[in-house]
Amino acid sequence: MSAVLDDKTRNKALINEVLEVYPEKAAKKRAKHLNVYEEGKPDCGVKSNIKSLPGVMTIRGCAYAGSKGVVWGPIKDMVHVSHGPVGCGQYSWSTRRNYYNGTTGVDAFGAMQITSDFQEKDIVFGGDKKLDKLVDEITQVFPLAKGISVQSECPIGLIGDDIEAVSKKKSKEIDLPMVPVRCEGFRGVSQSLGHHIANDAIRDWVFDKADYNAPFESTPYDVVLMADYNIGGDAWSSRILLEEMGLRVIGQGTGDATLKEIEMMPRAKLLLLHCYRSMNYIARHVEEKYGVPWFEYNLFGPTKIAESLRGIAAFFDDTIKEKAEQVIAKYTALSQAVIDKYKPRLAGKKVMLYVGGLRPRHVVGAYEDLGMEVCGTGYEFGHGDDYQRTTHYVKDGTLIYDDVTSFELEKFAEKIRPDLMASGVKEKYIFQKMGIPFRQMHSWDYSGPYHGYDGFAIFARDMDMAINSPVWGMTKAPWKK
Amino acid sequence: MPQSAEKVLDHAGLFKEPEYQEIFERKKGFEGGCGAAKVQEIADWTKTMEYREINFKREALVINPAKACQPLGAVLCASGFEGTLPYVHGSQGCVAYFRSHFNRHFKEPCSAVSDSMTEDAAVFGGLNNMVDGLANSYALYKPKMIAVSTTCMAEVIGDDLDAFIKTAKQKGSIPEDFRVPFAHTPSFVGSHVTGYDNMLKGFLTSFWDGKTRSETTAPAININGGFDGYCVANNRELKRMMKEMSVEATIISDPSEVFDTPTDGEFRMYAGGTTAEQMEAALNAKGTVFMQGISAAKSAEYVEKAGQKAVSLHCPVGVTGTDAFLMAVSELTGKPIPASLELERGRLVDAIADSQAHLHGKRFALFGDPDMLLGLTAFLLELGAEPVHIVCTNATKEWTAKINALLAASPFGKDAKAWPGKDLWHLRSLLATEPVDFLIGSSHGKYLERDIGTPLIRIGFPIFDRHHHHRFPIWGYQGGLNVLVKILDKIFDTLDAKTSDSASFDLVR
Repeated sequence: MSAVLDDKTRNKALINEVLEVYPEKAAKKRAKHLNVYEEGKPDCGVKSNIKSLPGVMTIRGCAYAGSKGVVWGPIKDMVHVSHGPVGCGQYSWSTRRNYYNGTTGVDAFGAMQITSDFQEKDIVFGGDKKLDKLVDEITQVFPLAKGISVQSECPIGLIGDDIEAVSKKKSKEIDLPMVPVRCEGFRGVSQSLGHHIANDAIRDWVFDKADYNAPFESTPYDVVLMADYNIGGDAWSSRILLEEMGLRVIGQGTGDATLKEIEMMPRAKLLLLHCYRSMNYIARHVEEKYGVPWFEYNLFGPTKIAESLRGIAAFFDDTIKEKAEQVIAKYTALSQAVIDKYKPRLAGKKVMLYVGGLRPRHVVGAYEDLGMEVCGTGYEFGHGDDYQRTTHYVKDGTLIYDDVTSFELEKFAEKIRPDLMASGVKEKYIFQKMGIPFRQMHSWDYSGPYHGYDGFAIFARDMDMAINSPVWGMTKAPWKK
Repeated sequence: MPQSAEKVLDHAGLFKEPEYQEIFERKKGFEGGCGAAKVQEIADWTKTMEYREINFKREALVINPAKACQPLGAVLCASGFEGTLPYVHGSQGCVAYFRSHFNRHFKEPCSAVSDSMTEDAAVFGGLNNMVDGLANSYALYKPKMIAVSTTCMAEVIGDDLDAFIKTAKQKGSIPEDFRVPFAHTPSFVGSHVTGYDNMLKGFLTSFWDGKTRSETTAPAININGGFDGYCVANNRELKRMMKEMSVEATIISDPSEVFDTPTDGEFRMYAGGTTAEQMEAALNAKGTVFMQGISAAKSAEYVEKAGQKAVSLHCPVGVTGTDAFLMAVSELTGKPIPASLELERGRLVDAIADSQAHLHGKRFALFGDPDMLLGLTAFLLELGAEPVHIVCTNATKEWTAKINALLAASPFGKDAKAWPGKDLWHLRSLLATEPVDFLIGSSHGKYLERDIGTPLIRIGFPIFDRHHHHRFPIWGYQGGLNVLVKILDKIFDTLDAKTSDSASFDLVR
């Protein structure tokens, strides 16, 4: 009790301490994004999805990152054109670990940087003609491509290009879907609007053009596993469980997805939504228009996995429910062995999280399965509904920071001294310098998968190797001790 | 069940297990693919001369270019000044990308801010962002200087940095006398090396404009490394060589400390870097040596206008490159090249002599930045190796002329062709139709290695998938030795792999 009170008091003092450094106007704004979670409240008491302050070193990205980098980019059999100057596509080239099977450059185009590489003349005279020509060239060099998406970079929306008109025209000419996406980086406040725009593009340019009257042999157990980007193979270590419980996965997306699989969403009996933040829009649309329900599941750690598998099974008949129990039973020994091995090394360790739009809550259970405690969390681009959902995961007194600035996160970590920071690559090396063990929670630090039972073993191993590495014992020279 | 607590399998092993292979097979039934035979047919076709011709007709489509955009270079340049916060005026996503790009290359923190312009700024301009942004950066990160560059958003809407910074000062965002070097860095012109040059010129202008030069005070010379992924080690090597020569040199933009801070419990957002005092004194130097001259054209021109001699080198790797560098320094300063450096030179020549039989006639393809390619090509030529395909996505006319002259001057360059403006998909066709023994370039070359089978020697930027390469210099005689060993290691590893089932698997090579 007193420990919680102490934490609360400390966390509130910490928030005041960081706010003091800001100019008055900025302090007022940042104050709304920092708070301490109070048990029983319906949300975390912070504002979210609001513009980042200029000059504060936000960790956020942009709408293009949300569309090309997250939603569209992983669809493997389409060519995604980074439309505009060269940089955006260069920096996002193969850096998000969306695993896929296929022959790159032949029938899959994931680990590639395909761009219209705008020059000054394209800015001055517009890029529509270049886009038109580029599409013809794509069909020549990539004859097996199943479609093209245009991922708009900042200039496109500023110079008045009509990528929709070009897309309509070329789509007819080449007899392939061509999807214009208005995800210019200046739109919205973070990656989040890019997700939304990308979802709308799936609705308008994929579903509305697909033929759902075409014959399709369905079964009562058809599901689409969606909003899993297959980081290090996450979707695969999820899919294995769904198939084992008797479900037929007729589509997976967008990690390792083909365009055909994306088209499957309206055909499913249930949409299984992993990253709510990035694809809830299209799930809601499919529910409204096609009457397919959706379910947000969580496959991090055995507790949440069992809950989720049961939650999924509840949509189906008894055979599935029974099989779900069998699957849970089958993996219990593995999970227990993982916990037995790692919990003694990790129990009681404190974790601070700062991730994107899902993991700041979804991974809490996996840490708790290992006896660890999350003492601070926040979203880069979460919305109000994310902070509401977070209340199911966090404990009284947890420090909450929305769109945290580099300055704030450093100060928080300095005072709290967590045993593990779990955030992104831009944070990693900062905290390691401070002697705080770190794991990247966007890319799984080049490890993974972390989803499912197979992934939990890797998750546990990785957290252990981060926290218990001998390197942390050497940060101070012995003659200074 | 493939997984176990005793032997945890991660992605590298897990998905090879039969349970997952079965999943992949079942999934194919829903993918609507073309079938393995068709994929193989097209894959084979992409390696033909017919495909190469189609591929080289591309005019609009760029596939896997070996270049990034201007503000990335501006951020690297700005990071090399003491207490300086790189500040990019425009969309915030760009800065997230620049930071993560450097994080992945250096495995180090990279501090930079954006002023987060959004739709309203697109309509009304980004002045308010600049006014608030400078105030916030100044308060939070307590920099000694803020170096402003731009994203393409700010460039397209035509924001005027000079006017904006002045207005921000008038509004009290930062003190009137606070130094804010700036540069417009449109990403639709040139590449990351252009942005570096523009930012460097911004610093020079900020410190030197309106000042009178008097060649009376030390230090003797300035050296600028340009956009250099090896800046950490290269700059240290430069300083060491200058010490050997007893030459007082100022490295203009020196990120060697900020991208190599210790893990000792303290995060240093700022570390080392060229100081304001050094920059002021630098005007009085006898000259400035640009280690990557093509990529520093505007800065070199400015330096000459300021009354200094500008020496433009091209990423001097190896014996003759380093000779030229040291002789240039000697000529500028009047200091002789000491015996200690001559000894180092001799050791590098010795190493080359020991290994030349393994290098002679080996055929190479290369890709990378303009000056880097000139330096590496020159080194290959002096090793008796044969550069064949040289792809420079961000080439300039000057580069093309220089590389052609370099190749023409050596019998080992007779089979080489320079490919200005081409990308790595062009290079794929070149490697498939005119095979070479080895490929030199950044980590992005690993896809070419996988597709074509040409072994990749990682030299360039970015190096994402090997650690700590940037901690070893590639310049100077020591650097030449490092590059030599990198090349030789790959040659020997490849030879061992090729001969592992034969009598040629020699212990002694």
